[in-house]
Amino acid sequence: MIDAVLFYAFAALALGSALVVVGQRNPLYSAFALIVTLVSLSAIFALLGSPFIAVLQLVVYAGAIMVLFLFVLMLLNVKPEGDPPAGKGVLRTAAFLLVAVLVAEVGTVLWRATARVPPVFDASPRRVAHLLFSPQYVYVFEATSILILAALVGAVALARKET
Amino acid sequence: MEALTHHALLLSLALFAVGVAGVFLRRNVITVLMCVELMLNAVNLAFVAFSRSLGTLDGQVLVFFVLTVAAAEAAVGLAIVIALHRNRDTLDVDAFSLLKG
Amino acid sequence: MPEAILEDPILNALPFMVLLLPLLGFVVLALFGDAIRREGRSFGACVLACVTVIVSFGLAAWSVVRLWRLLPGHDGLRFAQPTLGRGLADGLSWIDVGGLRIPFSLLLDPLSAVMILVVTGVGAIIHVYSLGYMAHDEDRVRYFSYMNLFTFFMLLLVLGGNLPLVFVGWEGVGLCSYLLIGFWYRKKSATDAGMKAFVVNRVGDAGLILGMVLAFHAFGSLDLVDIASNAGSLAPEALGQVGVVTLVCLLLFLGACGKSAQIPLHVWLPDAMEGPTPVSALIHAATMVTAGVYMVARLAPLYSRSATALAVVAIVGVVTALMAATIALVQTDVKKVLAYSTISQLGYMFLACGVGAFGVAVFHLFTHAFFKALLFLGSGSVIHALGGEQDMRRMGGLRTRIPWTFWTFVVGTAAIAGIPPLAGFFSKDEILEGTLLAGERGLFAIGLLTALLTSFYMARLLFLTFFGRFRGDHETEHHIHESPWSMLAPLAVLAVGAAVTGFVEIPAIVAPAFRFPHVEALHVAWLPYAATLVAVAGIAAAGYLYLLYTDLPGRIAASLRPLERLLQARYGFDEAYGWLVRHVVVGGSQSLLWKGADVALIDGAVNGAGTLTLAVARMVRTAQTGFVRGYVLVILGGAVAVLGYLLWRP
Repeated sequence: MIDAVLFYAFAALALGSALVVVGQRNPLYSAFALIVTLVSLSAIFALLGSPFIAVLQLVVYAGAIMVLFLFVLMLLNVKPEGDPPAGKGVLRTAAFLLVAVLVAEVGTVLWRATARVPPVFDASPRRVAHLLFSPQYVYVFEATSILILAALVGAVALARKET
Repeated sequence: MEALTHHALLLSLALFAVGVAGVFLRRNVITVLMCVELMLNAVNLAFVAFSRSLGTLDGQVLVFFVLTVAAAEAAVGLAIVIALHRNRDTLDVDAFSLLKG
Repeated sequence: MPEAILEDPILNALPFMVLLLPLLGFVVLALFGDAIRREGRSFGACVLACVTVIVSFGLAAWSVVRLWRLLPGHDGLRFAQPTLGRGLADGLSWIDVGGLRIPFSLLLDPLSAVMILVVTGVGAIIHVYSLGYMAHDEDRVRYFSYMNLFTFFMLLLVLGGNLPLVFVGWEGVGLCSYLLIGFWYRKKSATDAGMKAFVVNRVGDAGLILGMVLAFHAFGSLDLVDIASNAGSLAPEALGQVGVVTLVCLLLFLGACGKSAQIPLHVWLPDAMEGPTPVSALIHAATMVTAGVYMVARLAPLYSRSATALAVVAIVGVVTALMAATIALVQTDVKKVLAYSTISQLGYMFLACGVGAFGVAVFHLFTHAFFKALLFLGSGSVIHALGGEQDMRRMGGLRTRIPWTFWTFVVGTAAIAGIPPLAGFFSKDEILEGTLLAGERGLFAIGLLTALLTSFYMARLLFLTFFGRFRGDHETEHHIHESPWSMLAPLAVLAVGAAVTGFVEIPAIVAPAFRFPHVEALHVAWLPYAATLVAVAGIAAAGYLYLLYTDLPGRIAASLRPLERLLQARYGFDEAYGWLVRHVVVGGSQSLLWKGADVALIDGAVNGAGTLTLAVARMVRTAQTGFVRGYVLVILGGAVAVLGYLLWRP
């Protein structure tokens, strides 16, 4: 019972701040709104029985990625956009149209879904780690570390001042 | 489907739709990147919801990877933004139209 | 037909040596020509060239003797290139592709034996004559190199064991003819004449190639012996019936017309007189022009299967003989008279083939080689004596000044006119006999008429040149001198030949090559007398007009002006061809092929493809807006579409 209430609260919060992200003219405010969204989502993850992911979301996403965003925003001294953020003309109409269609499609999928009772679920870090380091995913895991290395080098190379 | 899972998926859909609209409609490059992050999060939510619904942990592992990749992508994307800004001194998406044939 | 007996590889190499010696002479003279000239050794080089042909003649004679010893029971020998222990089937091949195998094989049978003896024998004589004739020409090394090359190709033509090798020789002699006609290349008329000869020959060669291809298709083999033996198994084709055999024969005959200057491809031979006189003697009298006759005779088993082909050959031959003889009546250049005379005599040879008397055709070829070469060399001697004058109207009374030349010329004239017992009498007589025996009264009449004309114009030539008063200028008259012995000796030898070769029974000798069933030779008793009468009448008439009443020819010409003009214009063949080439070939090519097909069609297609590509590209380009958000829209649209398909597909 309390779960449901918490869920809807956080859901509303997430959706609301998502709309702020999109609707806000000032990119800085959009960033903050995004942080709120991320935190609410973290709470929802926890409610869905995934504590590991919830904490990871907070640490990595809200804590590192968004901080990076904020750094760049402040470094580049970004000003609020002039034009209305909703765009104009054909693009706007087309966007809304396509999004509507997308929603309809996915909605249909959910509509057709059948009822099921979820089994007992243990998503503790130990269990997740067990699966993550199993032969099924360990290679992907290592590959991801190489990916991060590549991204590191790439980011440094790209953002460097040309001297 | 259980109500919680169902609602979580609906939320995921809504967040995704908002993110897509944002990618279209915003003119600032960084804002566009943030909307992309929004879309990724929506997908993460979907993965977690299904993981719970099906009882397997694969969804969790996948979210882990998505998180990692999103981090890498954000880093590189922002580096590109910095380079672009250095070149054109603007962050307007419409300004980068050199590919015009 | 056995392959060459392998017990002695050296003897087996004889025919190849006959062939290759002149080629060696050519190579030496061609490669080292400049050095030879610089060292002043030209004369030695020319003698070398003569020696190669003389030795070649010796080897040819030796091969023929060897052939004779083996002959009873055989009808010839086939030679593959001499590699020890290997025969025709696995010797070296020129072409070995799929079902087509063409080995380097030579065929030595009675027919080719006669031919090689003529080619090397008369050729050697003419080479020796050229030593004297070309003594003052700076370029004589080149001349002799070409002469040797020609000898090689001609020998290849007559010795070749399969049609493609014969064709190589065929083309080769055409090439040498071109080179030698245009020998004095600084003279435009000479180079033009060389090109004319080559081009007209080419027209005939098209027919020859088509004929070869068709023959291969029909017989599966291009080997001469195979074709001859298989011809017997084919059904004979009646007159008017045009089947494969007739087609092959007619196409090959087209090639023969080109090479042997028959109508309508005869126009090159008179112009070929631009070349040095020994060239005219060798190539355009004794050997190259006879290649067509040789080819028809070689394929006699094939031709005798097609009545239509034989009829065409005979008619073309006799018409050519008559027309050429009439043109010769009004010619004023000595060599031109002889040229048309050659065309006429070749017509006789084809007439003989056409009535089935192939052996007689070869007989006439044999005798003609001697007396025509004699006549040409004699005229060369006259021209040499007069310092280059060739017009008969400026000659006369030379018989006392250059007696050797005169007497040998008399022998030649009598031989060609058909006075017994000289050679021409026998061969011409047998041709006319052949027409009668075949029941062709019309052909016989025309042949007899032509014989009358022949003796007339030849006597005219003799009288105008050697009798009467000298009509040239004083300067020339002073320098009239007899030719050196190097030129007179060949004349003497050829005169002997022209006299006695009539007694050689050529038809009997070459008969085995034709594979005809043996028939008793009939004789028409009154014919020799009639022929002699005709010959004498011709000479008498010429004497009447050109010795006694010398103003008569002019008056006759004046009263028969239209006829005279027609003959002077040589029946208008050259003009007709000129018109044809200018308007049809060149004009048609320009307007139709060039402007129509090439520019409009091909260029249009190629350029059009380019223009089309540019236009399409311009249209497609509009999609490249550079507008990033537009691209995103399209991506989203695609994703939505795919999703929709997956969801709602039927």
